[in-house]
Amino acid sequence: MTVLEPPATRAGRLGWAVIDSLTIAGRTYSRLRAQPGELAGFLVFPIIMTVLFGYVFGSAITLPGGGDYRSYLMPGIFMQVAALTAVSAATSVSEDMALGLVDRFRAQPIARSAVLAGRSVADLSIHLLSVAMMALCGVLIAGWRPHGSVSETLAGFGLLALFAYAMIWIGTYIGLFVKNGAQADAATFGWLFPLTFLANAFVPLEGLPSWLRPIADWNPMSAVVSAARLLFGNPGSAAASWPLRHPVTATICWSVLILSVFVPLAVRRYRTATSR
Amino acid sequence: MIHAEGLRKRYGEVDALKGVDLDVPQGTVCGLLGPNGAGKTTMVRILTTLLRPDGGTARVAGCDVVADADRLRHRIGLAGQHAAVDELLTGRRNLVLFGRLYHLPRRTARRRADELLERFGLAEAANRPVKTYSGGMRRRLDLAASLIVAPPVLFLDEPTTGLDPRSRLALWDLLRELVSDGTTVLLTTQYLDEADRLADQIVVVDSGTVAASGSPYELKGKVGGGRVSIAFREVCDLSAGVEVVRGVLPGEPEIDRAERRLTVAVEDGAASLIRVAAALDAARIDVDDLGLRRPTLDEVFLQLTEVTEVNAA
Repeated sequence: MTVLEPPATRAGRLGWAVIDSLTIAGRTYSRLRAQPGELAGFLVFPIIMTVLFGYVFGSAITLPGGGDYRSYLMPGIFMQVAALTAVSAATSVSEDMALGLVDRFRAQPIARSAVLAGRSVADLSIHLLSVAMMALCGVLIAGWRPHGSVSETLAGFGLLALFAYAMIWIGTYIGLFVKNGAQADAATFGWLFPLTFLANAFVPLEGLPSWLRPIADWNPMSAVVSAARLLFGNPGSAAASWPLRHPVTATICWSVLILSVFVPLAVRRYRTATSR
Repeated sequence: MIHAEGLRKRYGEVDALKGVDLDVPQGTVCGLLGPNGAGKTTMVRILTTLLRPDGGTARVAGCDVVADADRLRHRIGLAGQHAAVDELLTGRRNLVLFGRLYHLPRRTARRRADELLERFGLAEAANRPVKTYSGGMRRRLDLAASLIVAPPVLFLDEPTTGLDPRSRLALWDLLRELVSDGTTVLLTTQYLDEADRLADQIVVVDSGTVAASGSPYELKGKVGGGRVSIAFREVCDLSAGVEVVRGVLPGEPEIDRAERRLTVAVEDGAASLIRVAAALDAARIDVDDLGLRRPTLDEVFLQLTEVTEVNAA
């Protein structure tokens, strides 16, 4: 068998990096096909959240500014599911590390960033699938409607996807440190889930005690939810802080900041990571 | 094919490698032998580009492990201590995936996967998820994955740890076949019989340095001339024999009453054997079996690694 040589040009290397990323993404899809239960989990969790909050709590919560609570809620749930992409990213990366699969990848002539990049793209596409499911449920079950123009609606989903992608990289970085899937879950879900409640996702911030209020105001998740509400034309609440008065800018800033910190950190960690 | 000079690696306060040299000619098997924590895995990780050395240089298949890492990765196969395959995917899907990551065209990757599955006796299980495989099957798949591009150099980190004897023998046969086709193999092992049977050259590492190296035969010669071993017909002959041996040889005999056997370490193998034979004959003691044997690799290993342990302490 002839030995392949790595491409000599920058463009050639980039081409290989893209192909490698797609191959790795393909692996993630094959894994999902092998365990349909996992995929069902991704899709069912958002539906449960929609029903649970919309009907169980929805009847007891009235918005200070008026408006339908279930329409208020949907952008919050979109954001929560986007934030929790970090959990599955961390779990799957840590499992590869524990299996020694990462060693095999690293001893192969794969572009250094491709394993993580391919994975993040696959995770994002799965996330988008579950967002589509949720939007459908929202429309059918909760009576949710985006009231903005088509481009505003798409921009809203685009911002949510950008935030999800940033969260995937936080999860990826954490996944490179922990020893197994259970630890990965604890090291992400453990702080992320409570944090999604310390935001304007489910309740208006007006009712929060004054010492908690700044945290919720500056929580990136609040900005994401406000941006989505703004672009979808769903009811929101009065904005007191800068990020909530400029939620679109704030969401983009937060996401770009997270990506510019965690992508280089994760890639660097991956280069030197060992499976034990 | 593998050439390393003065390789060093530190993990924090611990010197994992303190300047290791290695030279493995093409088409041979080098066995890296040593107790846990000796630096075997670190060595393999450096030579397979997974770890950068802190000092020294190494070339594998003509490529520098640091400067030419990307070119080198096309020329090596690595099978580690764990079966590094995706549990959820089928055996075939795993091999196609790894083939694609070597940048083989899709069709070539599929054909190669089928060839390897056939060769490693996994054709029937090819379309089952790996999590349904036995330990031996996983290792075979792992080895198959490391052979996708038919690499000229193969690294095996404890390839048979945890395998049942039958799978071990099968894996040894596969390795011999590869080597006869010209593949160069570096394997680490804790099993001395494995090194004894497979390796052309053994390098004993201990505490990050090379304690000894050579062919299995040479190594056995290094720890002294060997052992004179005498079996007697009767137990009373054994007692008398012990006295005779003590009279002519400096070493203290080890006695095995159940086997009616006496073993004694000697410096000058053949000459000692002749002296003992003459003395036993003069004393008219009946001997069942009398011979000189080289020390087993176990004895060599224990002696070599003990010496460095004492030095370290």
